[in-house]
Amino acid sequence: MQAIETRDLEKAFGPVRALRRVTLEVPAGESLVIFGPNGAGKTTLIKILATLMRPSAGTLRLFGRNPQGDDGLRRLIGVVSHHSYLYTGLTALENLLFAARMYGVPDAAARAAEMLEVVGLGPRRHDLVRTFSRGMLQRLTIARALVHDPPLLLLDEPYTGLDRHAAEIFSGLLERLRGDRTIVLTTHSIEQGLPLADRIVILADGAVAHESREGLDDWHAVVQLYTQVVRSGAWVH
Amino acid sequence: MRTARERTATNAGADWQVVAGWLGLGLVVAGQYAAVLYAPEEVTMGNAQRIFYVHVPAAWVGFLAFAVVFGASLGYLFTRRRAFDLTAWASTEVGVVFTTLAILSGSVWGRYAWGTWWSWDPRLTTTFMLWLIYVVALMVRAYGGAGGQASRFAAVLGVIGFLDIPLIHLSVVWWRSLHPLPVVVRPEGFGSGLHPAMLQALLVNVVAFTALYVALFSVRRRQMAVADVLAALKDDELRLAAPRWAAGGQEVPS
Amino acid sequence: MGALSAVRLLVWKDLVLELRTKEILTAMAVFALLAAVIFNFAFSPSPAQALALLPGMVWVTLAFAATLGLSRSFVLERDQQCLEALRLFPIDRSLIYLGKATANLLFLLLVAALILPAMAALSGIALGSRLLPLAAVLLLGSVGLVAVGTIFAAMSVHTRIREVLLPVLLFPIASPVLIAGVKATAGILAGRPLQTVLPGLRILAAFDVMFLVLGYLVFEFLLEE
Repeated sequence: MQAIETRDLEKAFGPVRALRRVTLEVPAGESLVIFGPNGAGKTTLIKILATLMRPSAGTLRLFGRNPQGDDGLRRLIGVVSHHSYLYTGLTALENLLFAARMYGVPDAAARAAEMLEVVGLGPRRHDLVRTFSRGMLQRLTIARALVHDPPLLLLDEPYTGLDRHAAEIFSGLLERLRGDRTIVLTTHSIEQGLPLADRIVILADGAVAHESREGLDDWHAVVQLYTQVVRSGAWVH
Repeated sequence: MRTARERTATNAGADWQVVAGWLGLGLVVAGQYAAVLYAPEEVTMGNAQRIFYVHVPAAWVGFLAFAVVFGASLGYLFTRRRAFDLTAWASTEVGVVFTTLAILSGSVWGRYAWGTWWSWDPRLTTTFMLWLIYVVALMVRAYGGAGGQASRFAAVLGVIGFLDIPLIHLSVVWWRSLHPLPVVVRPEGFGSGLHPAMLQALLVNVVAFTALYVALFSVRRRQMAVADVLAALKDDELRLAAPRWAAGGQEVPS
Repeated sequence: MGALSAVRLLVWKDLVLELRTKEILTAMAVFALLAAVIFNFAFSPSPAQALALLPGMVWVTLAFAATLGLSRSFVLERDQQCLEALRLFPIDRSLIYLGKATANLLFLLLVAALILPAMAALSGIALGSRLLPLAAVLLLGSVGLVAVGTIFAAMSVHTRIREVLLPVLLFPIASPVLIAGVKATAGILAGRPLQTVLPGLRILAAFDVMFLVLGYLVFEFLLEE
């Protein structure tokens, strides 16, 4: 079963077409990494997949369901944005508790505590998020995104603002999630995104410029391919 | 996105808008002629009352325009089609002009009829509140942000504002009166207390102002549609002409 | 999860946030107190004049206090894009409106409970037996202010002139609340029979119902991108 199915997805902001006829299929359990330069439409695409934005045209199906009007479908989606989605005035535990309850997680309190342990923030659970470092915020953000155990995880440029060490830990976490869940991650850093990919897509100027499953071990080749594809503009229509 | 329909919108209708414009102007001239020379002089207020032939039609159009804003806003709420958004916007712009005229003429009338530049007469007050809502709607359009956000906000305001007008009027009527609210709020003597010639002159002016509204609205609406097409063309051109900056977006490995 | 539980949870979240810092309540309360003092300086009313001025003072202060609280309430969500997070929950997005409106109503009622006695005291007026009808008018009016205020706060927080846009949107649209509220309050304070005040209460109630329903219906559309 396809976790994500889009057909001719379009998104226009007034005269600007941010997404042009994007057709994608992501089978359940696949880890898809979307590369693209700034302005390519990566964030727009993720927002539409997350049901935060309505496409101007085209269809979207998540797990076979139309997200339009289907509020319950969002229980299956977890989102990691470059914003933390955390209330700085609440404690780590309160943030997770709120999210867990809103997602209808049974025994929310236990689950929230468990997730805090998993990301190593147990000792800080009663501290206000306002006091957290960037790395801790990132860990809590991931905990929050996973608190309801979603089969689909969407990550929009999650490496933004992370130093090398934090990025490594983050990649480690994601690596452990591969296979069980469907993961879609956008980034402009091939170095960080490639190791996590079962398949890559290159998005440029709102269109799918390239997609491939093979040759993902050869980083240099992919970089060359990326530069070539983006420079050529062969996908313009 | 440019649909075929929107492309042809720029070609069609060029002539009838000009016709409507001239018709409107012609009718206004005829109407004002009737107002000044044909209609009899009013008993108590004399010739100063003749501004009534400007004030009432202008106010009528102000409310009509807002009804159009309401309808178009609802349309946009349900379909998110740009056509509805542009209709609401154009009608807001033209409507505020007529409403301004209505308030100014009402104020002048009040000055000559009652000696003050402003009285909190219920209908004039409600018209003033309408004017305020119009102005706020224009502010929302200007500052509402890009990407359809301003259009969404303006549409919500269009619906809320229109439905609010009756409540505003009711509250102002209650505020000004010492008696409990009448079951049916009757406009005082509209049509009934008027000399037939006055009524005729008034009706001619109402039709005239409405025609003028239609003309101005259509012109403005078409301008907006054309501006959209132009913006889309510019965006296309920019995209195709730009050098491949994008290729340089790859992070440099350390 | 049920709609009621979701709204309760949303209100809980806002209450916890507010009770911890008391930012909103403090700002609103201090503002209300200052307004009472300034009005007295500005008008220097005698007790007889104060009776005529009090309803207007109370409602103007309430309206401004509402904009303070509502604005802050949404700015809070803007930080870290929490509003986006709320939209990601598997609930009807219009419940976000009900949650915000309810929380802000509670804050506003608290401030109203402060304003009225404070202003009455500063103006030398006894409220006594009219407390219940006054409370009813304040309640109906506060619901109205919050019903449209929440819609407009959600709008203005997304613009670059947010501090200006909220009052500019709220005051014309909420004018029936202010007009009817002031006149009803004045009638009650003057000791007039309830019959005379009833039309005002009806207007307030109609306003409340209409805009609560409208707010609920349009909120999801409003938050779209």
